Amino acid sequence: MTAGEYRRVVVLAAIWAALIFAPYWMPVFGGYTALGSRVLVLGLGAMALNFLLGFTGVLSFGHAAWFGLGAYACGLTLKFIIPSTPLGLLAGTLVGGVAGALLGALLVRRRGVYFAMVTIAFGQVFYYIAFQWSSVTGGDDGLRGFARQPLDFSLFQIDLLHSDLAFYYFVLVCFAVVVAVMALILRSPFGRTMIAIRENERRARFLGIPIELHIWIAFTLSCFFMAFAGGLYALLNNFADPRVLHYSLSGDFVIMAVMGGMRMFWGPLLGAVVFVVLQDYLSSLTVNWMSFIGVLIVLIVLFFPRGILGLIRQRRTA
Amino acid sequence: MLQLIFFNVTNGLIIGAFYALMAIGLSLILNLSGVINFAHGGFLVIGGYLAYALTPRLGFWGALIVAPFLTALIGFAVERLLIRRLYGRDPLYSLLLTFGLAFIIEDGTRQIWGANGLPFSVPAALTSPLSYQFFFITGYRMFMVAMVAVVVALLFVLLRYTRIGVRIRAGTLDLETVAALGVNVRALRSLNFAVGIFLAGLAGVLAAGQIGLEPTMGDALLMPSFIAIIVGGVGSLTGTLLGGLLIGVASGLTAVIFPSASEAVIYVMMAIVLLVRPRGLLGEEGMLT
Repeated sequence: MTAGEYRRVVVLAAIWAALIFAPYWMPVFGGYTALGSRVLVLGLGAMALNFLLGFTGVLSFGHAAWFGLGAYACGLTLKFIIPSTPLGLLAGTLVGGVAGALLGALLVRRRGVYFAMVTIAFGQVFYYIAFQWSSVTGGDDGLRGFARQPLDFSLFQIDLLHSDLAFYYFVLVCFAVVVAVMALILRSPFGRTMIAIRENERRARFLGIPIELHIWIAFTLSCFFMAFAGGLYALLNNFADPRVLHYSLSGDFVIMAVMGGMRMFWGPLLGAVVFVVLQDYLSSLTVNWMSFIGVLIVLIVLFFPRGILGLIRQRRTA
Repeated sequence: MLQLIFFNVTNGLIIGAFYALMAIGLSLILNLSGVINFAHGGFLVIGGYLAYALTPRLGFWGALIVAPFLTALIGFAVERLLIRRLYGRDPLYSLLLTFGLAFIIEDGTRQIWGANGLPFSVPAALTSPLSYQFFFITGYRMFMVAMVAVVVALLFVLLRYTRIGVRIRAGTLDLETVAALGVNVRALRSLNFAVGIFLAGLAGVLAAGQIGLEPTMGDALLMPSFIAIIVGGVGSLTGTLLGGLLIGVASGLTAVIFPSASEAVIYVMMAIVLLVRPRGLLGEEGMLT
C-alpha cells in the first residue's frame, strides 16, 4: 500500500467510526442523538446536491424542491396509503426523482447563471403548491398526522419512533447505502465523464461525449438521492412543512457543500456538520442568528471559497 | 363577468408593471455583471423602510425621490466592497454572497424596525378612487403605473442615447471588447449595479404605499421577477419588461377562473416558454446560456 492509499483507508475508517459511535461521543460536546440524525439527513442532501454541483459543475440552486417533494411524498404515503417506513421512503424517492427527471429534461441545455435561475424559479412551484393545496398538504401549517413505523422483519420488529438511537442507526444504514452508490457511480466511467464535463465541457464535447444526456442523467440521479434524503427528513420530524421546499433551504444545501469543500466527496458532510450544529447553537443563543449565518456565508465566499477540506488539502500540498 | 375580467386584467397589468420594475433592475445587473442578485428583494425592503424613516422629515414626495437614491448608494457600496471581488469567478459565489446578504438585510430590518408590519401612508390626493364604477382603480395604483412607465421610459432613453447607456448595452454583448476600447469597465459595472438597485429601492417605496411594510415583503416579489426575466429572455431589457407585464396579466386572468392557481400560473408560463422557445420571448441565442 502506498502512503496515499494508507492515508485514505485511515481517513475513511475514522469517518465511519465517528459516525457509528456518534450517539456515544456527541453528548460530551453537548450534542444529542436527534441532532446527529439531522446532520446525517441534511448531510446526505448536501452530498446529493454536490454530486451534481461539485462533480458535474452544474449550478442547481433549487434542489430543495426534490428534497421537499421526497419529504411530502413520504409523509403522504404514510398518512393516506400505507403505514410502512420503507414504502414511504420508496414513494418519496420515486416522486422526487421522477419529477426531477422530467424537469431536468427542460433544463439541460441551459448553463451557468441561467441554469441556476431556472432551477430556483422551478423549485418555488412546489413550494406554492404545498402552500396552497391545504386540503392535502396541510398548507402553511404543514403535513401532520403521520409517524415513522416500526421496521418489521417478521422475526422481530425495530421500533424507530420511540427510540432516537434506533432511528439514528436506521438513518446511518440508509446513509451508508446511498453514499456507497454515489461513490461507485463516481468511480465508474460515467462518473469520470461527469468530471471531464466539469473540467472542460467543450473538449468533452469534441471527444464525442453526449453532454446533454450526461448532465441530464447526473441531474436525475442527484434528484433521486435528494428525494431519498427528503423522505428521511420527513421521518426524522414526523412532519413536513412548505419550508422544506423553499429556495432558502436550497441555498443552505449549497452553503454546506461550499463550506465543506465542493470538490471533495466528504466535503458536504463536513459542511453539514458545521452548518447544522452552528444553526442549532445560534438559534438557541440569539434571535439574530440569520445575520450570523449571513455574515458566515459572505466570509466563506470571500475568503474560503474552497471550503474546509479544500483548505486542508491546499496546506498539505503546499 | 366582463367587468370582473376587466378588473383582473387591469389589476394584472398594474402588478405586472411592478414586477417589470423589479425585474429590469435585476436584469441590468445580470446582463452586465453576470450576477443573480438574490438580495434584490432585500434592497427593495431597504428602499421601503428608508422612505418610511424619511417621510416625517421630507414628506411623501421627498421620500419618494430621496429613498431610492440612498438605496442606490448602499448598493453602490456593496458592489464596491463585496460583489466586485467575485467578478470572473464561478457565478455560484456571487449567487451565494447575495443570498447571504439577503439574510443580513432581512434580519437587520427586523432588528431596526421590528418584525411586525408598519403602515406607510400616501397623500390623500392619491388614495381616492378615480371612478365609482371602477372603484378599484385608485389614484395610487394609477400613480404607481405612471411612475413605472416614466422611469422605465427614461431608463430606455438613457441606455439608447447617452454614451454610458451605449457602453452598458455594448458591455452586455461583449465586455472584453468594451474594456479593450478603453472604457473603465469597473466603474461602468458599479454604476450599472447602482442603477439596478435604484430601481429596487423605487419599487420598495411604491410597494410600501400599496401593501405596507414588512421585513419579508421583498420575498414574494423576487420570484416573479426571476420569471419575468426568463419568460422575456435573458439579455433583453425589453423582453424583461414584456415578461413582467405578461405574467402579471396571466396571474390576473387566472384569478378570475381559479384563484388559488394565480401564483402557480406564472410558473406554468415559464415552463411553456422554456419548452417552446428556450431563449425566452425576446432573448437572443447564445446569451449567458
